[in-house]
Amino acid sequence: MTAALRAPGLPRAFLGGALGVALAYALVLPIRALYGLEPLLDGEAVCIVALISAPFGFLFGLGAFDYWFYWAAGRPTRPEDHSGHGAKTWRDYFRVNTDHKVIGIQYTVTSFFFLLVGGALAMLMRAELAQPGMQFVSTDAFNGLFSVHASILIFLFIIPVFAGLANYVLPLMIGAPDMAFPRLNALSYWLLPLGGTMMMASFLVPGGSFATGWTAYAPLSTDAPLGQLFFTIGVQFAGASSVATALNFLVTIITMRAPGMSFWRMPLLVWANFSTSLLVVIATPFVAASQFFILLDRALGFNFFVPDRGGDVLMYQHVFWFYSHPAVYIMMLPGFGIISEIISVKARKPIFGYRMMAFSLLAIVVLGFTVWAHHMFVSGMQEWIRVPMMITTAIIAVPTGIKIFSWLATLWRGVLHMDTAMLFALGFLTMFVLGGISGVVLAMIPVTIHVSDTYFIVAHIHYVLFGGSLFTIFAGIYYWFPKMTGRMYDERLGKVHFWMTFVGFNLTFGPMHIIGLKGMPRRVADYAEQFAGWNLFISIASFMVGLSTLVFVYNMVSSWRGGPRAEANPWRALTLEWQVSSPPPVFNFDRIPTVVGGPYEYGVPGAVHGVFDRPGEKPGEVSPAPAGGVATAPRKE
Amino acid sequence: MRRHQLAQMLIIGAIASAGGIAVALAIDWFPKVGSTQARDVDTLFDVLLIVSVPIFVLVQSIVLFCVWKFRMRPGEELKDGPPIHGNTMLEVIWTTIPALLLVGLCAYAYVVLGDIEEREPNTMVVNVTGEQFAWTFQYPGENGGKPVRSDQLYLPANRPVEFKVRSKDVIHDFWVPEFRMKIDAVPGITTEYRITTTGDVRNYPVVCAELCGLGHATMRQTAHVLAPSEFETWMARKRKEAETTT
Repeated sequence: MTAALRAPGLPRAFLGGALGVALAYALVLPIRALYGLEPLLDGEAVCIVALISAPFGFLFGLGAFDYWFYWAAGRPTRPEDHSGHGAKTWRDYFRVNTDHKVIGIQYTVTSFFFLLVGGALAMLMRAELAQPGMQFVSTDAFNGLFSVHASILIFLFIIPVFAGLANYVLPLMIGAPDMAFPRLNALSYWLLPLGGTMMMASFLVPGGSFATGWTAYAPLSTDAPLGQLFFTIGVQFAGASSVATALNFLVTIITMRAPGMSFWRMPLLVWANFSTSLLVVIATPFVAASQFFILLDRALGFNFFVPDRGGDVLMYQHVFWFYSHPAVYIMMLPGFGIISEIISVKARKPIFGYRMMAFSLLAIVVLGFTVWAHHMFVSGMQEWIRVPMMITTAIIAVPTGIKIFSWLATLWRGVLHMDTAMLFALGFLTMFVLGGISGVVLAMIPVTIHVSDTYFIVAHIHYVLFGGSLFTIFAGIYYWFPKMTGRMYDERLGKVHFWMTFVGFNLTFGPMHIIGLKGMPRRVADYAEQFAGWNLFISIASFMVGLSTLVFVYNMVSSWRGGPRAEANPWRALTLEWQVSSPPPVFNFDRIPTVVGGPYEYGVPGAVHGVFDRPGEKPGEVSPAPAGGVATAPRKE
Repeated sequence: MRRHQLAQMLIIGAIASAGGIAVALAIDWFPKVGSTQARDVDTLFDVLLIVSVPIFVLVQSIVLFCVWKFRMRPGEELKDGPPIHGNTMLEVIWTTIPALLLVGLCAYAYVVLGDIEEREPNTMVVNVTGEQFAWTFQYPGENGGKPVRSDQLYLPANRPVEFKVRSKDVIHDFWVPEFRMKIDAVPGITTEYRITTTGDVRNYPVVCAELCGLGHATMRQTAHVLAPSEFETWMARKRKEAETTT
């Protein structure tokens, strides 16, 4: 027993968490005694400190910091023997593991768990909204449902699942043995379940879960019950995870590309994650700041948002949206990368306008920082800023349009393999256009003044994040499933999943445009009688989306357990991840690949992207790549 | 062959666009028109629909056409498409045309914005105060008289009105869907917007559009637009009440 508590792992992690709670008591009680605060034992104060100390205790116990502690203490660090690499049993997924492939699966599976949680919350909401009046939950509980739904799906599903997919395939795509900082990578993963658990646990605290929306506008959030802090602090963990992974991606992409892989030979998924990571490292600190303001106001009586004391309520929204608008691109650009891979491979054609595809990603990164105040057209901010923000918001549709048209041109005269991944990619193309168009409509200030805070916004955001991001995520999961698991999924069930999702999605979110324009505000537990018909319709349709997810889960679980073995390259793709076995060897490449051409040369006779024997060297004479060694810098050729 | 395919697709697209626009314009998207601002906003939305439908239809028809014409046939499992890497002319076209279109739409929206926010002479001021979970409406007194307070919003028909919006606690949002205008009620500052009521004598809902806590969904009142003479009668009665109660 003591041995288990001394070795890094889950038992020690829970002990660490308990010690963290004890530390919270040990800190709060003496401080309150010194200040003479009554009552001495204040559950809320202890809880706030424990929300920070317990997760750290958990991480220490888990062993996420062991190597650095040994190093900092001057004790001999264990030589990097990569014993933490690879997973032999399912238990290895519950340990700190430095293998990017294990971490990728940890990330992806955890995120999908949160998708199911967030989806279940949506089902509860739709059940309540099926009829006017209150049936199942109280208004406060309802506010909690949509707040936790949005927070979990944004911070614990869409953002991390892209990081998870990229974690798995990106090092393989650029010919690297791992990510640049494997231990940091492991830490970034383990921050996630902590943030997610916190948000879910908020339902259990007195006063209920946080109920101020995922936007947590002050001063509503600074006056809210304790549950609010589970969001405030949970976001810090999810955000820290996001920033650490983004740094890791940037360094990996810049320094660890295989010889010959210049920036202009990188697959577009790599470009997309490069752009996304730039957005994350620049923008995410702002959401952290906005939540620290709330924490300080709420817990320590600061006056950032108290107008009588010189506070400024609108400041919260500016800081929040300065992150949260770029965040929608953080949730979209990796999807653009996935779609580029799939459309090119499944249409058997080179991607149309490769360089413009890369440049448009960078253009979105830059423009993404210039549009945040379009979320605030009715907020009461200074009026003149609205017009420049309207123009930048409209203009950001240009690089997005370039991408859409280039995908369409890639399809033209191709040989389209209409399997599940391709169906989701085309579903994305058709649905995202609608989200983009309603985005341009929303850029127009007079329209936004009428429809902001209505169901039109709910429709728009779901066409972008569900029809957009989630469709690309499904496409990516089906596309890389053989690589990640070594098994093939059931194509028939995949198609059933697609059509149920596609139809259910449109029936659910399409009518929301109409009721929004007609005047139904968002975030309401009850609504006027005139909206009853559409709401019942939407609720029924949404249950169809819920059912389709069960088909997906069944397909994934059963195929992973007993699907037919996958070949190394079932899609005949050129990119490097498909040139190794499925699943790949522990250190990815037994020989370091050399990149000799572009990633999408389909239809070019004899074209290859990477070779495993360097030009000029005879096959077989190349010594195996040093396992886990530092990748060589790209050679100039 | 290729030209033929393109022409085929364009014809299908044009017919679908025309049908789409007809359907989109036939749908009654908005609540009733309760202010002169509403007409401008509705027209802008119709223009946006007319521009949007062909773009939407264009993308859908290309996707469907490709799926129909270019899907893999049996025996083509190992076939690749032609290695087309790009076409600068096409890329220039699909960068500049959307850019020009968007700038044009922004210019139009800018003009509409100027129109709906224009200051009119003879504007009546109503002070709107939001608190959890109700609005109160206050009409400033004339010539040093006492202001009039009301739990429901009363407005005369055919009259420019300016709402000065404040909040006592958290952020609310003052919205009458039929007026098409809304603004947040923000603690610490006064926000405002103006509308001109139409001649219709009707009741409209007053809605709080910004999440303000557990009673948010029930923060609803009524706006009564009265004929000017009736409004004066109501106002006179309320003034008398205000004078008698200290």
